[in-house]
Amino acid sequence: MGKTLLEKVWDLHTVRELPSGQTQLFMGLHLVHEVTSPQAFQMLRERDLSVRYPERTFATADHIIPTDSRRRPYADAMAEEMFVHIERNSVDFGLEFFDESTGRQGIVHVIGPELGLTQPGMTIACGDSHTSTHGAFGAVAIGIGTSQIRDVLASGCLAIDPLKVRRIDVSGSLGRGVYAKDVILHIIGHLGVHGGVGYAYEYGGDVFDAFSMEERMTVCNMSIEGGARVGYVNPDQTTYDYIRGREFAPKGAAFDRAVEWWETMKSDADADYDSLVEIDGADIEPMVTWGINPGQVAGVGEKLPDPDSLEGAQRASVEEALAFMKLQPGAAIAETPIDVAFIGSCTNSRISDLREAAKVAAGGRVAKNVKALVVPGSQQVLKQAEAEGLHETFLAAGFEWRQAGCSMCLAMNPDKLVGDQICASSSNRNFKGRQGSPTGRTLLMSPAMVAAAALAGEVVDVRTVSRPTA
Amino acid sequence: MTTDMRVIEITGTAIPLRGNDIDTDRVIPARYLRAVTFDGLGEHVFEDDRKAMGGAHPFDNPRYAGASVLVVNNNFGSGSSREHAPQALLRWGIEAVVGKSFAEIFFGNCYTLGIVCAVVSSDDAAEIQNAVEADPAIEFTVDVDGCVLRSGSRQWPLSIPEAVRDGLVSGTWDAIGELVGNPAEVRRVHDSLPYVRGFGAD
Repeated sequence: MGKTLLEKVWDLHTVRELPSGQTQLFMGLHLVHEVTSPQAFQMLRERDLSVRYPERTFATADHIIPTDSRRRPYADAMAEEMFVHIERNSVDFGLEFFDESTGRQGIVHVIGPELGLTQPGMTIACGDSHTSTHGAFGAVAIGIGTSQIRDVLASGCLAIDPLKVRRIDVSGSLGRGVYAKDVILHIIGHLGVHGGVGYAYEYGGDVFDAFSMEERMTVCNMSIEGGARVGYVNPDQTTYDYIRGREFAPKGAAFDRAVEWWETMKSDADADYDSLVEIDGADIEPMVTWGINPGQVAGVGEKLPDPDSLEGAQRASVEEALAFMKLQPGAAIAETPIDVAFIGSCTNSRISDLREAAKVAAGGRVAKNVKALVVPGSQQVLKQAEAEGLHETFLAAGFEWRQAGCSMCLAMNPDKLVGDQICASSSNRNFKGRQGSPTGRTLLMSPAMVAAAALAGEVVDVRTVSRPTA
Repeated sequence: MTTDMRVIEITGTAIPLRGNDIDTDRVIPARYLRAVTFDGLGEHVFEDDRKAMGGAHPFDNPRYAGASVLVVNNNFGSGSSREHAPQALLRWGIEAVVGKSFAEIFFGNCYTLGIVCAVVSSDDAAEIQNAVEADPAIEFTVDVDGCVLRSGSRQWPLSIPEAVRDGLVSGTWDAIGELVGNPAEVRRVHDSLPYVRGFGAD
């Protein structure tokens, strides 16, 4: 019987079984950001511990930093204080810190891949649940809490329970106007927001074979929204072509040997899965969430559920969601008016996302009364977008063009919804209060759909407005 | 360090919190992550839900003040990995969470803090919530070692993964001691990794 990539990576990185029965797993890459790490560094100081593998640990600032003015000190005193902490902790503990002066700052899950730090066969930890993003490269990437950040800093290791593997096969091809974001929203709608608890999701099939790395990242990113802490795609030529030439990628002959090794880490053809799910790509529509978790999602042409047709806990969940969202049972999600449009986040802020959104925005005008912003995922994405003139397209259409960061995905900085504003968002969570206002409402969708909604002032099917794309 | 870390049983009153898929953004909104310590998080737990319910939220109900056992339903603690969520619950006074199911990262974060997350059936979760609502003064004992929840003559079976139960009962749930205790062994694994070795580059 063959092995899955998860099993191979797990075996390779296992130090031992702990007395508790958990695995002591070595982490090949540790990414650190300013918001979940300060307490972890403080714990190291209190215990007089150092960072064991500083050369495998990299820091950036993304969550709290402003995306408008970057003049220091930041206008937001708390942002300034948290930034100073990550800056000082990086110096004190000997970590490389990608701040703005390096030109490599950005959302931690955008910069890991773009710098070539993220590679197949690795274990990767980061104090952020969207660490699953890095699984797009065939890495086992695990989101952790602050005490576990302390553990990884101090020891290079994580204490963790083994995971089962569910293979999710998406066959055929996607229709026009259907994106990676729609694929993962469809999967979460199908398997539920806790369907993945205890599993790593292995994505594959024709649709993933054809996907770019950025599309694979979008899907893996939201694995956690389906309850799966880890999501991955087996590496292939697309993966290797993406990595080649990047700053931290192996060079020359070493790269060829790396590819040879990466090939051996793929799941074997006769690997045994704990669960198998098959989805036909042709069944996937452009998706929009209508509720307060990412599993409350429908095709843009579908109608909202009617609680009267449901029972028990399901009925209560739908009632709660529709009441919070101020949406009518049985209504269409299309034509729902919006107040804000947000293109950004570790799910959808990469160059291909901005290109798709710009195609829709080109020549149009953001609807009156809609505030629209585009927040590139990293300084490098920003630079590339500006080189292509995408910022001019967005600005001409009435979008704001911001500096790189997490921004309105979790609204820790001044980018927030106000009151019960409703936001078409390319981010990953539609939880109550997620975008900074306790009564603010979020409709998750692809960046192209967000751009279309920004122009129309309401939710629209991007297939009816966009130029033919993919 | 002579502190007794063992979590063998927890006795106290309970607080019911109904609803599925209660995410960690709701447990502690992101604006409370704007700090370099976990201090003071307890008073802000469920802040937005509490405000929205105008005082009717269980965490505002004086009948549940001082509770140490939180009784929830399905997929509690989904979403963000923020340890601020269990830290806030702990600082409010919660030492054990009993419910139908837990999100994985939340479960792991609780474990690293010595907070018990124990699974009961849907029916039992509802029954316990009903019992607490009927009489908030009743005392519960979460017997971690015996995997049972007791209150007076009633009891409900608890499911706790064996490794987690052992870690709690033996007081070894804080893994840091184990993880830093074998640096040579860790170094051997590190040194064996092809990507650490640079794939044969000089």
